[in-house]
Amino acid sequence: MPDSTTPLATRTSPRLRSPFASLSARLPRHRTLLLGITITGLLVLIALLAPWLAPHDPYAQSTANRMIPPVWHAAGSWEHMLGTDRLGRDYLSRLLYGARISLFIGLLAAFISGLIGTTLGVLAGYFGGRVDAVVSYILTTRLALPVVLVALALASLTGGSLIMVTLLLGLLLWDRFTVVARSATVQLRDAEYVQAAQALGASLPYILLREILPNIAPALIVVATLEVANAILLEATLSFLGMGIQPPLPSWGLMIAEGKAYMFFQPWVIAIPGAALFMLVLAINLLGDGLRDISAPGGRDE
Amino acid sequence: MKATSVEPTPYALELCGLSKRFTLGGKMFSKKRALYAVSDVSLRVPRGQVMGLVGESGCGKSTLAKMLLGLTPPSEGDVLIQGKSITHSDQKTLARHVQPIFQDPYSSLNPRRRIGDIIALPLRLHTTLSSQERSQRVTAMLDLVGLPKRATQQYPGQLSGGQRQRVAIARALIMRPDLVICDEPTSALDVSVQAQILNLLLDLKEEFGLTYLFISHDLAVVEHLVDRLAVMYLGRIVEEGSREQIFAAPKHPYTQALLASALTPDPSLDIPDLGLGSVQPDPSRPPAGCAFHPRCPQSSPECRERRPSLPPVDLHGTGRVACHFA
Repeated sequence: MPDSTTPLATRTSPRLRSPFASLSARLPRHRTLLLGITITGLLVLIALLAPWLAPHDPYAQSTANRMIPPVWHAAGSWEHMLGTDRLGRDYLSRLLYGARISLFIGLLAAFISGLIGTTLGVLAGYFGGRVDAVVSYILTTRLALPVVLVALALASLTGGSLIMVTLLLGLLLWDRFTVVARSATVQLRDAEYVQAAQALGASLPYILLREILPNIAPALIVVATLEVANAILLEATLSFLGMGIQPPLPSWGLMIAEGKAYMFFQPWVIAIPGAALFMLVLAINLLGDGLRDISAPGGRDE
Repeated sequence: MKATSVEPTPYALELCGLSKRFTLGGKMFSKKRALYAVSDVSLRVPRGQVMGLVGESGCGKSTLAKMLLGLTPPSEGDVLIQGKSITHSDQKTLARHVQPIFQDPYSSLNPRRRIGDIIALPLRLHTTLSSQERSQRVTAMLDLVGLPKRATQQYPGQLSGGQRQRVAIARALIMRPDLVICDEPTSALDVSVQAQILNLLLDLKEEFGLTYLFISHDLAVVEHLVDRLAVMYLGRIVEEGSREQIFAAPKHPYTQALLASALTPDPSLDIPDLGLGSVQPDPSRPPAGCAFHPRCPQSSPECRERRPSLPPVDLHGTGRVACHFA
């Protein structure tokens, strides 16, 4: 039995928190992060509850009620709180359903691109050498492509649809994941705990998934939030240009596109979906920035 | 001498002409060059002994350790562990015989895993024990290294440096390896904690009948721990012998300088002047002849032309030294 143990060595400090506890301790003090979480959470809730929240069927047209202005306008009414569009569809209902589309595309596209980008980045970072050279080549090729142009071209070839647009964006937006995952993995590749796992004979998937991935995850989650916002904006762009979501689906970008003919005399038709888009993207970006702050080692919590 | 017979070899570790070559350059504007991080190292470590390996940073100690752990393949030569060549065994078999204790306990434990999971990992990979049996073994091991049971639920970030190093020791020893590669296990710790960890290592060595290869640059630490000592310079062993021989009568000028460089607690003695002059040469362009000659106070023309060879392993003689003057 080792007798070298002193009471000093066996005492663990209760002052030091576990990684999760220190994160949750920093959270309430970060105001913009809280704001981001609140708005994003609210919009997610709205998207989930759209069928119950929407006062009207978002697809129901009514030629008698075209271009009704919102309630704060002199000619507005509570029947259509945010007015109606040129086909007489309730604008509030379309906006609520549009949140579903934006969030669906944003989350799924970020997930697909995260899967592709992280896989490439971790492999490049871990193996280095030729694997890294190949991945870097693919990455540079991807970076040389203008996303909007390529997405437009491919969308016009395949025809825009919800799934097509999501896949396209997912296949195009993985570059940041790769860059971040690669550099984070390079730093960890020679970490002694990775060497310890190697020396134990741990398998390659084990090392990559259990030893490396959890340690680069915070950085990837930050990238993911920013890519969600990015994908939402790109979907709106594509839909605005007519190559994304096709009518009659209520995409916010499409709503802006449909309203652009009326923007001088009925500015709310583009202002309302524009404001919604702005809020969502801002909230997600606040969330991402905040997460980066509180997960930064050494903490900005003092 | 080579262990091919059924009789178990008395050596836990044998290195036979071990070399590691890295290729530098080879890009557009630079020629390819070979860097020998370790060249032609032969050593034998009898079972149950502690072999010290000292040398300044960049001399190839850690590369040597990586080869022994199977983390990087040797370019030339072979490593025999318990008489079996590591080139013919897979990583899992090797892992049962050799385990590392790394220098920096802040980077040797995954910050996102609980201590219990970290120590249990070898059991998960190498045994079919149930999770209950595993946690029993983990608790027993924690007790042996002097940590409380509740540490299993904690994360490395909640432990001090000394406690983390105890965790690293527990992980290395839970599978009862024959050989433990200690790569500067105390150099990242406070002086007050170093002694505790060293004593723990010595106690566990007796308890489990371990053999240590103890890599260090701290001669004071080595002096109290090792049975034999090898001194490395620019990838080569320049002197090897028993502790008494080397500390009482170092033969190689480099060993002499290393011993002279050890700081003493006496403030009136000042910081020792080694008389080594220039800095360590670029390992990718080692000097001709004896690699130590540009810094050696007694170098002669012969040293500049002919490299002194190190005699073959001899555990009973007066030690080996690679110097024309010894």
